[in-house]
Amino acid sequence: MPRIVFAYLIRRVIGAVLMLVIVSMVVFGIFFGIPKIAGQSNDQLAASFVGKAPTAEAIAQTKHRLNLDKPIWVQYGKWVKGVVIGQDFNNGPSVEHCSSPCFGYSFKNNQAVLPQLEDRAPATLSLAAGAAVIWLISGVSVGVLSALKRGSVWDRAAMIVALGGVSLPIYFTGLLALAIFSYKLDLLPGGGSYVPFSQNPGTWFQSLILPWITLAFLYAATYARLTRAGMLETLGEDYIRTARAKGLPERTVITKHALRSTLTPILTIFGMDLGLLLGGAVLTEHTFGIAGLGQLSIDGITGNDLPVVLGVTLVAALFIVVANLIVDLLYAVIDPRVRLG
Amino acid sequence: MKKIRPLAAVAVGLVATSGLAACGGGDSGGGTKGAGYNAAVDKVINASDTKGGELRLAISDDFDSPDPGNTYYAWSQNFVRLYGRGLLTFKPSAGPDSNQVIPDLAEGPGQTPDNGKTWTYKLRSGVKYDDGTPVTSKDVKYAVERSNFSDELQLGPKYFKAYLQDNSTPYKGPYKDKSPEGLKSIETPDDNTITFKLAKPFAEFDYLVAMAQSIPVPQARDTGLKYEQKMASSGPYKVDSYERGKSMILSRNPNWDKSTDPIRKALPDKITLQLKQSGDDIDNRLLAGSLDVDAAGVGVQAGTQGKLLTDQTKKANTDNPLQGYLRFASLNLHVKPLDNVHCRRAVQYATDKVAMQSAYGGPLAGGDVATTILPPGIVGYQKFDKYPQTYKQGGGLDDKTLQAAKSELQQCGQPNGFKTKIAGRSDRPKEIAMAQAMQQGLKQVGIQTDIVQYPAGDYFNKYVGAPEFVHKNGVGIMLMAWSADWPTGYGFLSQILDGRAIKPSGGNNLPEEDNPAINKAFDDAIGNTDKDARAKIYGQIDQMAMDDAVDIPIIYAKALLYRPSNLANVGISQGYGGMYDYLNLGVKK
Repeated sequence: MPRIVFAYLIRRVIGAVLMLVIVSMVVFGIFFGIPKIAGQSNDQLAASFVGKAPTAEAIAQTKHRLNLDKPIWVQYGKWVKGVVIGQDFNNGPSVEHCSSPCFGYSFKNNQAVLPQLEDRAPATLSLAAGAAVIWLISGVSVGVLSALKRGSVWDRAAMIVALGGVSLPIYFTGLLALAIFSYKLDLLPGGGSYVPFSQNPGTWFQSLILPWITLAFLYAATYARLTRAGMLETLGEDYIRTARAKGLPERTVITKHALRSTLTPILTIFGMDLGLLLGGAVLTEHTFGIAGLGQLSIDGITGNDLPVVLGVTLVAALFIVVANLIVDLLYAVIDPRVRLG
Repeated sequence: MKKIRPLAAVAVGLVATSGLAACGGGDSGGGTKGAGYNAAVDKVINASDTKGGELRLAISDDFDSPDPGNTYYAWSQNFVRLYGRGLLTFKPSAGPDSNQVIPDLAEGPGQTPDNGKTWTYKLRSGVKYDDGTPVTSKDVKYAVERSNFSDELQLGPKYFKAYLQDNSTPYKGPYKDKSPEGLKSIETPDDNTITFKLAKPFAEFDYLVAMAQSIPVPQARDTGLKYEQKMASSGPYKVDSYERGKSMILSRNPNWDKSTDPIRKALPDKITLQLKQSGDDIDNRLLAGSLDVDAAGVGVQAGTQGKLLTDQTKKANTDNPLQGYLRFASLNLHVKPLDNVHCRRAVQYATDKVAMQSAYGGPLAGGDVATTILPPGIVGYQKFDKYPQTYKQGGGLDDKTLQAAKSELQQCGQPNGFKTKIAGRSDRPKEIAMAQAMQQGLKQVGIQTDIVQYPAGDYFNKYVGAPEFVHKNGVGIMLMAWSADWPTGYGFLSQILDGRAIKPSGGNNLPEEDNPAINKAFDDAIGNTDKDARAKIYGQIDQMAMDDAVDIPIIYAKALLYRPSNLANVGISQGYGGMYDYLNLGVKK
């Protein structure tokens, strides 16, 4: 690896770590700061982790157990300490040690956060990666064809479908797909059928077909429209005319010259989209009953569960950083002008 | 080639897709004819003793905790009985019969020699855990100690802690107090006997031991907050796996002995419960026959209701039971001018309950218009109407009713009405719709209201349940819903009408009712072992509170439930708030 690339990577990794630290501080600040501004006390926060009609004693015990009776910087310090050197957790009859990096324990279900993230990540990864392959291939292909057949019935039909894809929410298209293909035609498994790849690859694949297609439909539509617009713009450029004038085959003009140029911005958006999705495809996971990071984040947010919110946010931020880094490196492959060294 | 007009294409597509959406759902789950609308409300239908198969449940939520000592949710209390046996339990039945508590792990109901201050239960012999070790009374004592006295388990009720005598040095629970005697007011003279000594008489103690917290926990297997991951089973099923937010899988407990358990049929070989599923998808799967029960028991989604009620075949598989809930408006006694009983009575008359019922979903999904605080089905309910209303043909309160409201306003010294606020939960759109309907009704007699919205999570802790906030902000009217922890007048009313339940925050006595006669009536009732006499007192408390006009009953909540035809032994349990009783469900092949 050239030295300059190595230095670039080191700079990006340091930047990513700094960003994650800032994200963790911001999440901590939002969790405690905004409710405080609105007047919420720590007692009220603790009461959400006690059963119906909580007593003052139960609230006090819970506040102490969750460290909510400590100042915010002390709580943040304890969390950072857990990440760096681990922490102990009192189960009642015993104390268990959570090794570094320990992201704390859920306020709601008292389980260590990191194993929950590890447990949920494969489902989200399966969903996002499969859908990404479908939407990238189909979206770009449709966009290219639409641009080449501009104004044709194909172009109009494709753009109408794309408009539908962008406009229809996943909880509509997902439920519709389930109603038709699972419950009416009985062709594919219904909601809640997801199993991990390691458990049964066949069922894993079958159970993800509808979620993949539904999720990809939304994104493919956007990509088709972007690709079409990009291609139309590129095809009007002077260098394309030059390439054609040189007698290059149309196929070469399209794939090596026009598409390559169009793909650069598409790739940027793809990196962002995939990174975001890896942090949790909330609606798709909810509609199809897939226990992924998206569901975990929603549970964390609705349950005032700071350690879980923090964990999912950091993972999502990490995915976005990594996806962007990969995209930046891929620019060099696609576009010789940005090649390093 | 003729070009397709884009708009027409979109229209055709939408028509096609909506048509297909309507096709969602298959053959009423099993294909056989349903038992009839409301058939399971008052009797157990599709009776069966056929063993085998898999019972499939799903829910859009998760347990608060599946640990019997650390759960409060009604559906969870219902469900955990599949793997745990408490001293008593609600009778697996339907209708009023299902409100009875009957012996489960105990041989009989509690024996009290001193009018409810001491309660003794004898355990059945031969009951074993899934690992083959015998269940003893010490395990029941330990279960109550850990669930009520430890700092860690905070999600369940704390009634034992509230009513049992404490040690001379306050007992800190078994995780901190390692003394062999533990809580001295629970005695276990032998392995089959347990005695509870209360601080004062409590005649409804049998209802407390019917809660999941009396399900035994062997100390050697207790892992505190982690216990939910690996629980000891004393019921017919053991928990093979529980994954938060995903699923729970039960299989037969090889050491369960039917001869020790006269109330359970234990029909399915396997029980699966899927967690955190989409509510709409649960409905679709129920209709398609790929799911047997929506474990939440609070009814189908709004979009599914029409589908069920317009199709007679599907309607024959539905039940519309009362859910043991009351939706009501509380009037705070310290917010002027509602400190005057006549102003409160004016609000009673001028509240358009029918409009509020419609706003909440109508008679089927919302419930029946209410006139009492105690809902039907709760022990002590008496039908009466202190503030009778009549409605115009096309809707809205008629002149006679509005006149009654105006007359009360005159007596209150506010002949032209007054201004106040109505509080509702911002994330409960139907509650806000109710507030708007109420606002319109009150406007007719000059009562002007502003609707104030607060998030559900902090509603009681920070806003309407905090008297200081209510007084300071002049929140006169507060919407809420309430159900009982056990189905008697005491279980229902004590937290919302007893003056001693008023708290600085997190309280449920929103009007801050502190009527000495009502407080005394609660004491008289709960110290009386004659259940008929208690029931009579509860009716009187309801009447007194309505005389004070502190709460406006709006609707007795109902829900539309769907039961696939293949589901066996189906009955609505009033004991668990109008959901199906899960104890003896089976699946017909």
